Amino acid sequence: MSRYRVQRLGFALLGLAALAVVVPMIVVIGIIVVEGMSAISWEFITAMPFDGMKQGGIFPALVGTLLLMLGTALVAIPIGVGGTIYLAEYARDTWVSRCIRLAIVNLAGIPSIVYGLFGLGMFVLFFKMGTSILAGALTLAIMTLPVIISTAEEALRAVPTEFRTVSASLGGTRWQGIRYIILPQALPGIITGVILGLLRAAGETAPILFTVAAFFLPRLPQSPFDQTMALPYHLYVISTQVTGMPLNIQHGTALVLLALVLSMNLAATVIRSYFRRRRQW
Amino acid sequence: MVDPKIHIDKVSYAYGDTWVLRNVTLGIAANSVTVLFGPAGGGKTSLLRLINRLNDLVEGTQMKGRILLDGQDIYGSDTHVPQLRQRVGMVFALPLPLPGTIRENVLYGLKLAGIRDRSRLDESLERSLTQAALWEEVKDRLDDPSTALSGGQQQRLCIARSLALEPDVLLLDEPTSGLDPISTRKVEDSLFALKQHYSIIIVPHNIQQAARIADQAAFFLMGELVESAPRKELFTRPRDKRTEDYVTGRFG
Repeated sequence: MSRYRVQRLGFALLGLAALAVVVPMIVVIGIIVVEGMSAISWEFITAMPFDGMKQGGIFPALVGTLLLMLGTALVAIPIGVGGTIYLAEYARDTWVSRCIRLAIVNLAGIPSIVYGLFGLGMFVLFFKMGTSILAGALTLAIMTLPVIISTAEEALRAVPTEFRTVSASLGGTRWQGIRYIILPQALPGIITGVILGLLRAAGETAPILFTVAAFFLPRLPQSPFDQTMALPYHLYVISTQVTGMPLNIQHGTALVLLALVLSMNLAATVIRSYFRRRRQW
Repeated sequence: MVDPKIHIDKVSYAYGDTWVLRNVTLGIAANSVTVLFGPAGGGKTSLLRLINRLNDLVEGTQMKGRILLDGQDIYGSDTHVPQLRQRVGMVFALPLPLPGTIRENVLYGLKLAGIRDRSRLDESLERSLTQAALWEEVKDRLDDPSTALSGGQQQRLCIARSLALEPDVLLLDEPTSGLDPISTRKVEDSLFALKQHYSIIIVPHNIQQAARIADQAAFFLMGELVESAPRKELFTRPRDKRTEDYVTGRFG
């Protein structure tokens, strides 16, 4: 074979590999949209389920997931962003900071079911929060932290060092440089990280399994100490635990979850590209 | 020289174990241009960055000796470093505008200092841009992004940014190294006008520039201050053979 042919063959194989990534996504989304579309209606989104969840809507599960995301954000954003600023801008390379980094890397690798059991032991039982939105959000927040920290740190490190030097040379304290120059420049990257982290929180089932999720609770939660239904767990329940569940309701629920996640993903992409066009370095 | 503005007293400085300045003693006069020149690696930039303690940001360095500004040891424990840097401005080799508009760039230092008074800010904006010979070119577009300016304009913007703080001392590290001759000329002209109000210490980007703008010149070689003297003396009758060899172009 000539070198040219080898190259053509090589590129063809590489192209196939790239395609192999796209195909499953299209098929998954395609099937869920086609099968689930018939279930989607205003009532499906806004009504309580009844008749063993075979009728009515998914309203409490949708609200529950949104509340969990809100709670996760309230806990994970200050800790994640604050910790990142410390690590990236203040911490020197000591064994303490290395331990922190190691902990973050390890945290990212822990299976989500382990988070769920940890949340059960720590928040539900030890701190006596019971199965509650609070316990669930805290568990999800811990799981989300590594995503937020690693993306945000990358965003902070991408801001040129010279800006810090210039700010210092004009009489700025380190915090002023961070506050006025570094954070505004890194903000799009940080927001992207936060959204990606929350997406993970929105879609996970295992961490909420023992900490917050209700099998069937046809009302909205009354307080942070209340249980709630949540989309991923609801989807698991109606797909495996309830017999005679209409298929289109299962697909419809999956479609709502997917739409929620994909639209946030899209938002992250838009924010990133908008700021990237405005960036001046 | 009586009571120099800055007295550099037996300063040695090292990154790790590499000494880049060795026992340098030098007086810097007020309201004049002092040029630190010599081949690369002479320690000029390090010395410059010691005078406003910008090298504090670098880890793993050691320093010996003292630097006195108006008789006060700037490495003394009672030094307020941000205030020191307000008094000792710095312009870097590359134009480094901050993100944001021309106005925001010039006023950034004042913002850091907590000055909010509108009329004072406007006054500073016009004064410092005028001193940096940039006002006429930008007065109609102060709210354009700073990156819309040419390289030469950006460097004069950086000078204006330092001047807005009304420093006593202005440090310039090869401020014209990236500029064309016309922009260089403008920057040099504005330095000449500025020396009535400021003490200027500059690392020139070549020896011709040193000879053009210096009142005092100090020749550095491999971390050592070989000699310092008024311009005329140093460039026409250098005392040290090495200075003579360098200014006459025998090495470099």
